[in-house]
Amino acid sequence: MTTHMTRRTFLAKSSLVIASTVFSSQIRLFNVSPAQAASKLPFKPHAFLEIAADDTITVWVGQTNLGQGTHTGIPMIIADELDAAWDRVQVKMALAAEPFKDPVWHAQLTGGSTSIRHRWDMLRKVGAAARRMLVETAAEKWGIPEGKCLTKDSKVIHPDGRGLTYGRLSESASKRPVPQNPSLKDPKDYRIIGTRRERLDIPDKVAGKTVYGFDFSVPDMCVAVVARPPRYGASLQSYDEEAAMAVKGVINVVPIENRIAVCAETTYAAMQGRDALKIKWSEGSHPDLNDERLDALYNEHLKKPGAVAKSSGDVKKALAEADQTMEQAYKLPYISHAQVEPINCTAHVEKARCRVWVPTQGQTATQHTASKITGLPIEKVEVMTLPAGGGFGLRGEQDPVVDSVFLSKTLNRPVKVIWSREDDFANDHFRPASQCRIKAGLDKDGRLIAWSHKVAAQSVMSVKMPRAVKDGIDPDAVSGIRDMPYSIPNLMVTYVMVNLPIVVGWWRSVGYSVNAFTVESFMDELAHAAGKDPVQFRLDHMEKGSRPYNILSLLAEKGGWNRPVPKGRARGVAVTSCFESFAAHMAEVSVGKKGEITVHKMVCALDCGTAVYPDAIRAQAEGGVVMGLSTAFYEKVSFSDGGVTTANYDDYPVLPMSEVPEIEVHIAKNNLKAGGIGEPVLPSVAPAVANAIFKATGVRLRELPFNRELLVKS
Amino acid sequence: MFTLKVNGMKRQVDVDPGTPLLWVLRDNLGITSVKYTCGIGECGMCTVLIDGEARRSCVVDVEDVLQSEITTIEGLPEDHPVKVAWIEKQVPQCGYCQPGIMLQTVAFLSREPDPSEARINEVMDDVICRCGSHPRIKMAIRLAAEMSLEREGKR
Repeated sequence: MTTHMTRRTFLAKSSLVIASTVFSSQIRLFNVSPAQAASKLPFKPHAFLEIAADDTITVWVGQTNLGQGTHTGIPMIIADELDAAWDRVQVKMALAAEPFKDPVWHAQLTGGSTSIRHRWDMLRKVGAAARRMLVETAAEKWGIPEGKCLTKDSKVIHPDGRGLTYGRLSESASKRPVPQNPSLKDPKDYRIIGTRRERLDIPDKVAGKTVYGFDFSVPDMCVAVVARPPRYGASLQSYDEEAAMAVKGVINVVPIENRIAVCAETTYAAMQGRDALKIKWSEGSHPDLNDERLDALYNEHLKKPGAVAKSSGDVKKALAEADQTMEQAYKLPYISHAQVEPINCTAHVEKARCRVWVPTQGQTATQHTASKITGLPIEKVEVMTLPAGGGFGLRGEQDPVVDSVFLSKTLNRPVKVIWSREDDFANDHFRPASQCRIKAGLDKDGRLIAWSHKVAAQSVMSVKMPRAVKDGIDPDAVSGIRDMPYSIPNLMVTYVMVNLPIVVGWWRSVGYSVNAFTVESFMDELAHAAGKDPVQFRLDHMEKGSRPYNILSLLAEKGGWNRPVPKGRARGVAVTSCFESFAAHMAEVSVGKKGEITVHKMVCALDCGTAVYPDAIRAQAEGGVVMGLSTAFYEKVSFSDGGVTTANYDDYPVLPMSEVPEIEVHIAKNNLKAGGIGEPVLPSVAPAVANAIFKATGVRLRELPFNRELLVKS
Repeated sequence: MFTLKVNGMKRQVDVDPGTPLLWVLRDNLGITSVKYTCGIGECGMCTVLIDGEARRSCVVDVEDVLQSEITTIEGLPEDHPVKVAWIEKQVPQCGYCQPGIMLQTVAFLSREPDPSEARINEVMDDVICRCGSHPRIKMAIRLAAEMSLEREGKR
């Protein structure tokens, strides 16, 4: 179970504690053992690694446990460099703190598939530094050179065979200086990285003991649900406070700007109290906003010139000179995170501190939000990160933090704000819809010489990180296009920003899952036009021996691309590179006369550098296939009368059990820097299926979710 | 005041008769392994066993189960084949949906101790897992079935 401890508690029982942080782009390691006064350090240190006298090894993690396996993978890296006995390693979620900030992004958050790839050196150094200190201690005790000592299973071993456990050495070791650049293992000596391990959080999850944010409670807490405008720009006109207060268990009705909170003793009472408010809302600012209008609006935007996100060569000239040109349009809908645990946050504002318990993907943002509302300094905001029932990018958003901190401050007691499923669909920060138009040219040999790609989409970055938007370009909106894994001599990427009140946000793999569908579908169209094999056509436009080239080759080999396809089936492929990893998928499908699509098998090949925790990587890849297929077949948020229509899972089906195909995962073997996992396994799923459907039927599906009507044979 | 039988223990609750069992278990009895997700019986995360039948507790009124044996995931022994299989196959990712899916599996295997893949797909088609642990759920169901049959000397 994830528990929280204060620094004081762990220092009392631990002997060697090593923390790490980054100053001016340099990783710095600190010894924060009891011998040192923590106050001398420029931050309040939390440890990555504690070694206790009883040989217990605790790894403190600042990354959110969303189920992605990092709460085992991160300890595996440290334990390997430490040569720790794995069965004595435990993991704990740390309080939000400076040392847990992302060394590259300088904020504590879990997103962008960074948990390991941004900490690859840091985590290894933490383990290696502690190991070195323990070896030095033992060598000094024995009066032998350090080089004569070996380490294994949490012991330093003397050449004569005797050994001292890390626990016994830890107190003396803690008095030594921390080496800043300890030598790291040769990958051939890894004993934990790359091996099968049982995930540390699974036993509690299977036993039902894990306390997620939604389950969390503290004494004297009340539960709040908040009524929010059902339409964009709608304001409160009237509500029945008395009726809400009459519900048994309701304690307060508190207006917050244009919304109303109902606070009660129980979740059910709060929900019933909110229903009793019978709120009347105004019509809102965009009464004509609906699915059809949105579709037309995006189409209109595609006629605008747009801002140039990338231009190399001379696309216009190359297209004019091309032997053959093709032009197509694609569209993708708004989709929801639909993570299973609804959004929630518990806060307790006191005079001198504010505590927040939240399954957040953004600890630093949470600290800033609470600080702003309470007026307390950042360091007086304690953020306890709870395990999350899925996140996929949504849980960095601050909506529930704002409401719970405000309500706790107002009511002077701990308040847990929860969203109902209907709140969750209506107030999600959706993956933006996108429409695009692509024109490309082939020369007489069928080589791709020009690619012009215009995207119309809402901008996530303009709202969340305006500084990242330069010259009208939201980098997320064009990711996967301007950095596609192909060399094309003439490439033009333009972006038309669509401004709408619809709330958009980061969704697993962000722009890549949108644009990989269009780029990889169109690559297939071009391969067909060129009369080339889809795998060979892609390889022909990649640098031979590059990682995308190799991963597509691995997919073709392992998936049996050149072997006969079972009767009645067809195959399609797609490949992407993102988050420092490279993924390719092969789909094997059949299509019935009435347009019934069956995906029989998905093969995934993934190059994520060093595969730290292969079973968790497989689990992510399996999940990526399921979610990717779900977006391909089902997912679409609907709008009408100026608001979100999608209300619950009955309006928003996700892929059911019976449609989950056989999934094969092949992980490339190399010793390169660890890349991202959670996101790279998703984007190439949907286009691989679309390409297989084309192969099976000759019909090209250019819209998500797939319109199966187009496949019905008349 | 009502008396409920949960995991073999009698528990008293003071709630309205029409209160959904889900909220009685969570709010009044503190059994938070029974998860809220959709509230309309769509997703299967609040599933409990009522006299051995898998039921979605968000759409069951508490007054209708006063004579029944209610079992939540805590009521299964640690060495229950379903729990063992779920760990062996490393099924959970976020894990939020798993207690409900495991309880639905228990009821399913009690009726059909040796299900085919087709039957697993059919009977388990109405649960939601957003992480996509489905391939492992299917494997774990088969493993739990094998283990149960072996324990009962049928294999």
